[in-house]
Amino acid sequence: MDDEWQRASAALVNFMADKLICRHLNAYYNYGQIQGLRNVDLKVGANLVTAIIGPSGCGKSTLVRCLNRMHEEVPGATVEGQVLLDGEDIYAPDIDPARIRRRIGMVFQKPAPFPTMTIAENVAAGLRLNSARLSRAELDEIVERSLSHAALWDEVKDRLDEPGVSLSGGQQQRLCVARALAVEPEVLLMDEPCSALDPISTARIEELLLELKESYTIVIVTHNMQQAARTSDYTAFMYNGELVEFGDTRQIFTNPSRPETEDYITGRFG
Amino acid sequence: MIPSNSDVSRQFRRKLKSDLMIGMTAFATMLALAPLFLVLGYLVSKGASSLNLDFFIRTPKPVGEQGGGMANAIVGTFELVGIACLVGIPIGIGAGLYLAEHPLSTLGRAIRFAADITMGVPSIVIGIFAYAVVVRPMHGFSALAGSFALAVIMIPLVTRTTEEMVKLVPRELREAALALGVPRWRTSLSVVVRTAMAGIATGVILAIARITGETAPLLFTAFGNQFWSISVTHPIAALTVQVYAFAISPFADWQRQAWAGALVLTCIVLTLEIGVRWMTSGSARVPR
Repeated sequence: MDDEWQRASAALVNFMADKLICRHLNAYYNYGQIQGLRNVDLKVGANLVTAIIGPSGCGKSTLVRCLNRMHEEVPGATVEGQVLLDGEDIYAPDIDPARIRRRIGMVFQKPAPFPTMTIAENVAAGLRLNSARLSRAELDEIVERSLSHAALWDEVKDRLDEPGVSLSGGQQQRLCVARALAVEPEVLLMDEPCSALDPISTARIEELLLELKESYTIVIVTHNMQQAARTSDYTAFMYNGELVEFGDTRQIFTNPSRPETEDYITGRFG
Repeated sequence: MIPSNSDVSRQFRRKLKSDLMIGMTAFATMLALAPLFLVLGYLVSKGASSLNLDFFIRTPKPVGEQGGGMANAIVGTFELVGIACLVGIPIGIGAGLYLAEHPLSTLGRAIRFAADITMGVPSIVIGIFAYAVVVRPMHGFSALAGSFALAVIMIPLVTRTTEEMVKLVPRELREAALALGVPRWRTSLSVVVRTAMAGIATGVILAIARITGETAPLLFTAFGNQFWSISVTHPIAALTVQVYAFAISPFADWQRQAWAGALVLTCIVLTLEIGVRWMTSGSARVPR
C-alpha cells in the first residue's frame, strides 16, 4: 500500500517534472535558537536552472544546503519539513545522507580542491573515496569526461598529475564542478560559485551552466541579480528566511508581484 | 623642501633608537643561543674522543676493564621508544582526531583537560605511576614498564598537536568531501587527516625526540641493564639511564663513556629535530 502510494506519487512528480520539492521547510541554527528558514515551499524543475537570490543573510545558502543534507553538518543545525527528491523524502529516517549527496552534488563559494591530490585525483576523489571498484581505464575515462563537461579538459589535459591547487581560481572552481560531476549526480547545487572569480571565469561558469542543464537539474545561489537573470529559468527571491516570491525568471525581473521583490531587484535595498 | 634642523635631529634620534633596540634584541638572541652551542661544543670536545666502533657494537665492561661500549643501551633506547610509539602514536592521533571533531563535547573537554594536565606532570611522577601500575603487578622492572611511562608522556603531546593540525584543515575541504557523498569516517581519514598529515608527522617526531631524551621515568621502570637484553619483560638499558649511571660513577673510563653516550643521544635527538625542520620547510606543509 505504502509502496504503491510512493510509486504513484513518484510517477506524478515525474509527470510534473519537479526534481526537488520542499515542503514547509524550516531550518535552525544553534540548537533551535536561530531560525534560518521559515516555512519554505519550493519546486525545482528537472533540467532547468533555478536561481535563488536575496540579500546577505536571507537564507539562500541555508536553503541549498538543506537540499542535499549539508545543513546538518554545521554543529547545532537542525531541519524540519520535507524535501522530496523524485517524490522520496530525503529526510526520512532510513535515508543515508551520503547516498543523497551522491545524487545531489554541490559546488561551494570558495573553490576547495583537495590539496593532497593531483588534478586527476581530485576529479576521481568522489568515486575513489566512495570505494567504487573501477579499473584504471574507466577512471581515466570518467576524469576526461568530467573535465570536458566542466570545460576544463583542454586547459589541463597535459598536466593531470600536477596538484589541483596549482590551478588558477577560476580553473579550481571548474575543477570542483568536474569533481562534483564525476559522481554523476542528478542535481547540481551551486552556492555562489562565482563570487570569488573574475569576470572572465564567471562568464565561463555561466556558459557552463547552460550546457550542464541539458543533463542536470541546477540550483544556483547568487547575490548577483544579472547572473540570475542571465542564467536561470526560474528565480526564487528570499528575504529574512522566507521565500517571498518564486516564478519564471523573466516575470520576476520584469513584473514582480511582491513589492519586496521589486525593491530588491531595482536596487532599493540589499 | 630642505629639511629643517629639527627634522634632521628627529630623524637621527629615531634611527638611533631603532638601532639600539635592534642591538638589544640581537644580544638577547645571542645569549639565548649561546647555551646550545656551548653544550654542543663541550659535548663534541669531551665525547668525540671516546667514540669508536666498540662504543656502538660492545656492551659495557666491568669496572676496571678498559673499553666496552653502549650497544645495549643504544638498542634499548630504540626498543623503548619503538614500543612507546606503537602504543602512543595510534592512541594520540585517535584522541586528537576526536578532539578536533567533537571540540565541545563533554568527553572532548575531559580529554583536552586531562592531556594538558598530563603534559604538565613532572616526568619522574609519571615514572612513579608506571612503577605502581606496571612494575609492581609484574613483580619486576621491565622494558614494557619503561615504554609504558614513555607512552604516557607521548600521548598528550601527540593528541594536542594532532588536534591543532586537524583544526587547521579548512572546513571547506571537509564539506567538499561530504558533499561528494563520502561517508563521514572516510572524509576524516582520507581527506582531513591526509591533509593534516605533514603537521601530525611533525608533532609525532617532536614527541619521539622528547621521549628519547627522558631519563627520570625510566629510572625505576626500565631500570637499566649492564648486559645485553632485548626482552620486553626484563630490565633494559637506555642511553639516558646509562649516561646517568656512568656519569655519577667514580671511574674515569665510565665518565668518558658517559660523555660519548651523551653525544650520541644528542645526535639522535638533533637528527630527529632537524628532520622535522627539513620536512616542514618543504612543500609538505598544512595548506592555507
